[in-house]
Amino acid sequence: MTYFIDRRANAKHKSAVNRQRFLQRYRSHIKRSVEEAVNRRSITDMERGEKVSIPAKDISEPVFQHGPGGSRTIVSPGNKEFVEGDRLRRPGGESEGGAGEGGASNQGEGVDEFAFSLSREEFLDFVFDGLALPHLERKQLRDLDEVRPVRAGVTRDGVPSRINIVRSMREAQARRIGMRAPIKRALREAEEALQEEERKDPVLRNPTRIHELKAEIERLEKRLEAVPFIDTYDLRYNNLVDQPQPSNKAVMFCVMDVSGSMTQGHKDIAKRFFLLLYLFLERNYEKVELVFIRHHTAAKEVDEEEFFYSRETGGTIVSSALTLVDEIITQRYSPAQWNLYVAQASDGDNWDDDSTTCRDLLMSSLMAKLQYYTYVEITPHSHQALWEEYERVQARHPERFAMQQIVESGDIYPVFRKLFRKRIAQ
Amino acid sequence: MSTVSTPIATGSDWNFEILTAYEREIARFAQEYRLDIYPNQIEIITSEQMMDAYASVGMPVGYHHWSFGKQFLSVEQAYRRGQMGLAYELVINSDPCIAYLMEENTLMMQILVMAHACYGHNSFFKGNYLFRTWTDASAIVDYLVFARKYIAECEQRHGVTAVEQLLDACHALQNYGVDRYKRPSPISSEEEARRQQEREAYLQAQVNALWRTIPGKAPRDESKAFAEDGDDPLGLHQYERYPPEPQENLLYFLEKNAPLLEPWQREIVRIVRKLAQYFYPQRQTQVMNEGWATFWHYTLMNRLYDEGLIDEGTILEFLHSHTAVVQQPGFDSPHFNGINPYALGFAMFSDIRRICETPDEEDREWFPEIAGSDWLETVHFAMRNFKDESFIQQFLSPRVIRDLKLFSLVDDDRDEMLTISAIHDERGYRRVREALAAQYALSLREPNIQVWEADIRGDRSLTLRHVQDARRPLGKTLYPVLRHLHQLWGFAVKLESVEEDEVVRRYQWPLPGDARDSG
Repeated sequence: MTYFIDRRANAKHKSAVNRQRFLQRYRSHIKRSVEEAVNRRSITDMERGEKVSIPAKDISEPVFQHGPGGSRTIVSPGNKEFVEGDRLRRPGGESEGGAGEGGASNQGEGVDEFAFSLSREEFLDFVFDGLALPHLERKQLRDLDEVRPVRAGVTRDGVPSRINIVRSMREAQARRIGMRAPIKRALREAEEALQEEERKDPVLRNPTRIHELKAEIERLEKRLEAVPFIDTYDLRYNNLVDQPQPSNKAVMFCVMDVSGSMTQGHKDIAKRFFLLLYLFLERNYEKVELVFIRHHTAAKEVDEEEFFYSRETGGTIVSSALTLVDEIITQRYSPAQWNLYVAQASDGDNWDDDSTTCRDLLMSSLMAKLQYYTYVEITPHSHQALWEEYERVQARHPERFAMQQIVESGDIYPVFRKLFRKRIAQ
Repeated sequence: MSTVSTPIATGSDWNFEILTAYEREIARFAQEYRLDIYPNQIEIITSEQMMDAYASVGMPVGYHHWSFGKQFLSVEQAYRRGQMGLAYELVINSDPCIAYLMEENTLMMQILVMAHACYGHNSFFKGNYLFRTWTDASAIVDYLVFARKYIAECEQRHGVTAVEQLLDACHALQNYGVDRYKRPSPISSEEEARRQQEREAYLQAQVNALWRTIPGKAPRDESKAFAEDGDDPLGLHQYERYPPEPQENLLYFLEKNAPLLEPWQREIVRIVRKLAQYFYPQRQTQVMNEGWATFWHYTLMNRLYDEGLIDEGTILEFLHSHTAVVQQPGFDSPHFNGINPYALGFAMFSDIRRICETPDEEDREWFPEIAGSDWLETVHFAMRNFKDESFIQQFLSPRVIRDLKLFSLVDDDRDEMLTISAIHDERGYRRVREALAAQYALSLREPNIQVWEADIRGDRSLTLRHVQDARRPLGKTLYPVLRHLHQLWGFAVKLESVEEDEVVRRYQWPLPGDARDSG
């Protein structure tokens, strides 16, 4: 007796729970591995899942086993030249061997790492674990122009396409009950009176009264029938109102100094930093737009390719970029509709008296529009005027302005974590 | 029922009608060969589902534990890298016998898996004495459902972490969760659920009784012995060691005697023990089970070809796949990974048939009872009554030893050099055979460890004894395992390695001087 059952349509991922249990249990290991990966891998790899290895000894499930030593006899196949009594040198670095299997050969490669793949989602979960976008409170509703129609109960007027049938029928039924009840009562009374009259001795009957009652009953029955099944004032319509929406869109301005002092190494570091920020924003907003602005003495909006790879020479005027950011915001990204983020990377050089201009620009105009401003200074050297001016901005907007120094590529992820670590709710 | 001379189907595509038609033909032949099977339940699944099935080590329903997640991740990784085909087989010892066919398989593969799993393994599960004694195919799925539900309830009541730690500890000891001599009684899941309730109350009462004897109280209870026995004024030695006989089933001992376990914890220990018991026959019949299934898929596929039911392309595809399965790389090959149970088992069953059908002088000398006998009767006899160890001891012929060029090697740590102790020649056959049989003896593969003493009147420590085999010590994993054991027992755990009745090594957990908690 044999049955065939087609189970292909059944749920897969039966192991999802166990998989999550495993990831949960080795959270710290995986996190370490992910951290290394973030620093080591090229940026394009970030978008994919990640291969993670954990030392096998940490996740082994121990059982009692034989250890090396003592005497054992091993049977193996494939003898070519041995004869009984042959003596062989022990293979160098005797591996521990399994439970009696295996032979004089080297027992294959030692599997001392347990490797597996995280999906992209799982990977990013680990990358951004414990981080939060600061100042993510929804924008004040009155600032918002964006609206979305939402259901808000029912109304008595509306267009036929929005008729709420259930509610309308309920109203009609209530009305019918309400309108028919008094008529029915009068009808019942009239019928009772008629019966009483008719039960009387024929001599005592009042023919006029009977006639009246019959007419009354007839009239009432007609009225009862005249109560309409549904009437215009039973109709109910679904009500839609426009509700202002918290914006779920973000723009990220990548601002980078491309003057002669910024090497390709600096730019790579900046690129990784921008990428991390982008991925992070992408997880928090439905839609994230990118604006690339590079500057030396003048700022220019460019595409990604040009942003990262073309070289420029010359001096540096940071305020040119900030001005451009401000202009673009005014033209294209109304702060009422967009969450605005600026990430600036620079080596800290700036035209001497420009730094104060930057500060003024930020404090007077930009900061009020932005959700968050991050500045990373990629330099092993001591800070210059720009850093000092920015420190004053930070003092004024500690919630919205953050700055950190990056010396080498290994610092990117730690610095990123520092910038976005979860703060205790105020 | 007449011989068909045109193939039922050709090419690699399949559908349910074709599979049903082939299954019917295989069933017809299987009946001729007297393969007695449980009803088959053949499930068509996708490769993802196959990975799930692999990860739950062949249990159709499993409880949740991270180790199965680990298993899943490694299967997934291997499959993605293409290191592993999933196709071959997955079959569950249950009644009806559940076998999985993967939808990606070619028609040939589906026929092959049906022959291998649904008739080969299935008849082995139903016929072999170990399976008949140790497992109850009709109850296992019910029991798994019960176990999963119970453990999920425990997770809700006591937290995932508590249950997980307990399962970790039980898993570490699951190879020691088997009664080797007593047959367990089969029960169904409703019965199990009902009995579980009674057991919780009853078990705890029993344990309480055992541990009521607190230290110092005992001598007073036996005041008579106290007066009569002048050599032992405190009466410390008048009790037998507890347990009186060493106990080989560590999990059973813990379930019944561990002083501090809660009733639900005892039930979980029991669940792990029961499942270990279910898998116990499989661990002892790997060569036979795979050999038997391979022997039958080979026989059945050839029969299908002989009757014209599959075409030449299909049989060639089959031979290609079959050859890969029964390949045995030599010990010095980079592909060597121990003895391939498919290769050894297939060679042996094929050789039994050969000895029966066309015996030569050597066979008559070595196997006088079976040479020239009815081959079908003989292979069935072998399948029913042996496990790997005894099967090899009984049926490994000089010819198979020669074909596989088996040799045995002695690795003694007191000797600088390794010695070839026997090869495939007249003088060596018996010794190779004995050594190979020993290699499959579970009692030698796993260290022999038993409960020796529970100090129920003293410090409540538990002492285990490891009887060393040929001076082979325990591996490094022993401390992690002792730690798990300590977690279950609740008091100090000691382990003594014994060689010829003399204790040669002692281990304990918590480590001496580690006064964290031992009481």
